[in-house]
Amino acid sequence: MKGLPPVLITAIVLVVGFALCAVQFPNIASTRVVGNLLTDNAFLGIVATGMTFVIISGGIDLSVGSVIGFTTVFVALAIERWGMPPLVAFVAILVLSAAFGAAMGAVIHVFDLPPFIVTLAGMFLARGASFLLSTESVPITAPVYSTVSDFALRMPGGGRLSAIAIIMLVILIGGILLLRLTRFGANVYALGGGRATASLMGVAVGRMTIKIYMLSSLLAGTAGIVFSFYTSAGYSLSAVGVELDSIAAVVIGGTLLTGGQGSVIGTFLGVLIQGMIQTYINFDGTLSSWWTKIATGILLFAFIALQQGLVALARRPAAKRAGAIS
Amino acid sequence: MTMLLPRRGLAQILALIVILAADRVVSPQFFDLRLQDGRLFGSLIDVLNRGTPVALLSLGMVLVIATRGIDLSVGAVMAICGAIAASLADTHSLPVVLAAALGAGLVCGLWNGFLVAVLGMQPIVATLILMVAGRGIAQLITEGRIVTFTSPDLVWLGTGAILGVPVPIVIALGMLILTGAVVRGSALGLLIEATGGNARASELAGVGTRAMILAVYVWCGVCAALAGVIAAADIMGADANNAGLWLELDAILAVVIGGTSLFGGRFSLVLAVLGALIIQTMNTGILLSGYPPEFNLLVKAVVVLAVLLLQSPKLSGFAGIMARLRRAKP
Repeated sequence: MKGLPPVLITAIVLVVGFALCAVQFPNIASTRVVGNLLTDNAFLGIVATGMTFVIISGGIDLSVGSVIGFTTVFVALAIERWGMPPLVAFVAILVLSAAFGAAMGAVIHVFDLPPFIVTLAGMFLARGASFLLSTESVPITAPVYSTVSDFALRMPGGGRLSAIAIIMLVILIGGILLLRLTRFGANVYALGGGRATASLMGVAVGRMTIKIYMLSSLLAGTAGIVFSFYTSAGYSLSAVGVELDSIAAVVIGGTLLTGGQGSVIGTFLGVLIQGMIQTYINFDGTLSSWWTKIATGILLFAFIALQQGLVALARRPAAKRAGAIS
Repeated sequence: MTMLLPRRGLAQILALIVILAADRVVSPQFFDLRLQDGRLFGSLIDVLNRGTPVALLSLGMVLVIATRGIDLSVGAVMAICGAIAASLADTHSLPVVLAAALGAGLVCGLWNGFLVAVLGMQPIVATLILMVAGRGIAQLITEGRIVTFTSPDLVWLGTGAILGVPVPIVIALGMLILTGAVVRGSALGLLIEATGGNARASELAGVGTRAMILAVYVWCGVCAALAGVIAAADIMGADANNAGLWLELDAILAVVIGGTSLFGGRFSLVLAVLGALIIQTMNTGILLSGYPPEFNLLVKAVVVLAVLLLQSPKLSGFAGIMARLRRAKP
């Protein structure tokens, strides 16, 4: 499998990193910490799954953080102020965010515009709309919320696998299956390989573009609901910069930003690595939060440089043998 | 100057005039200027003054985008250089402070340029690294605090005036003239456009594309450093968390509004700066109109979309639809 080596390296980095952390702080190697890691990064895992599809298809989606912010505000207001039953509010926001993504995909395809700038406009739009709804944090007191946050599967060793972590894992598995086993997934790869080629092969490029951005926004909306479970509040400034975290997770997971190559499982590992760095810094206590950013930047650099090397080796047939060894 | 203003500049100038007129409607004293303590005051001056950081960023950004690149790290570079300037300001003389801050910007630009030109990374990814790590580095420099200073020399850079004109405006204008003279006074601008138009063909034609790409990222870093110093001098302190936050997006927006395609090629410095002024005039207008500033992002989004659609390669198709409609009418 061509896409395997970067994912393997990501996995090795995660395992080695986790082992190093565990040597220094033995308490890290417990199901409690792992459970918290999954819970704390549930929304990031969901949104990064959608981002993986977009990036493999050769695009990028900068609007996801704003969509999460908008979702939390919308859900909070719908439940607390407008008296909607939570489930209705969830369905409404999912439909709304899917439509939003579809609209962005349509603009990208119909007007042949760069995804970067279209989703940038989407980012402004969604954040602006959430400011319009409310600029203050709206607490959510609906009973569903306490039920969901109380619910957890007990893991051996006292760890809790919370409801939102389970949602994330389900979406993750769904994403893996969708990308690996369906025609849709194959088309995503084809699109990333080259739009013209994909079109000649019979892929409906326009419909695919719309569907891919729809999926990304839909998952961002889901992540927003999960985020509102996580914080029990809706706030228009929540999840600022999450698009960068999720792009970083996707890249660290071995997905090529040029498209055509990558995997959802790699993205999940990328999310876990970022979470691990954060956990390490929390355990250490003396390190300041900015080291998270610097460490993420260094990891990003390492992975991109590595990919660049792999790509360069793949282009040189003579050097391929050397590449296989490394 | 004719070289700096391509024919398509008309749309941007008209847009600015329309927005200025709208500002005049919401605030009747918009065009009033008065001289006080040897410095001009008024909404127009305020627009220029507040627009300076984005205008400076867009000067570097437009060159980067002309080579088919993008620099996401300028906001973080602003934060780094602002932090350096603020922490040195009270113990060192102004030339040392400026040299350190601009040097840091140069190094940041060199790093980005190295990744793109030498390692061949995609510009979005390459500059994403510094965008993520840069803010961490800035916080490392300020140790997470907001560093304040009182050095009158540095404060003058942000709030002083030369012949009544605020210093930031003078600096931005100077940089515009300097950049224009360098890239349009020589073949450099043409070579940059060639690199963005088709890097491979330019390389074969003998253009040193690597050197071009490296140079534009370095210049972008220096412009960002200057913007960072001015932003720090303006508030007499450096806030590593918020200095230059999301300004990279405004700068890209300014360049796009200025008509430079994200796919590289032809660029215009003057129109990019005009784009920055359009954004700032909009911001100020919304503030003056008494609408909550929350509308700002919405208006910005609508403007981006409008500009994008106008520049869309499919516009010919749109024109075709309009022509068909016109034909259908009678």
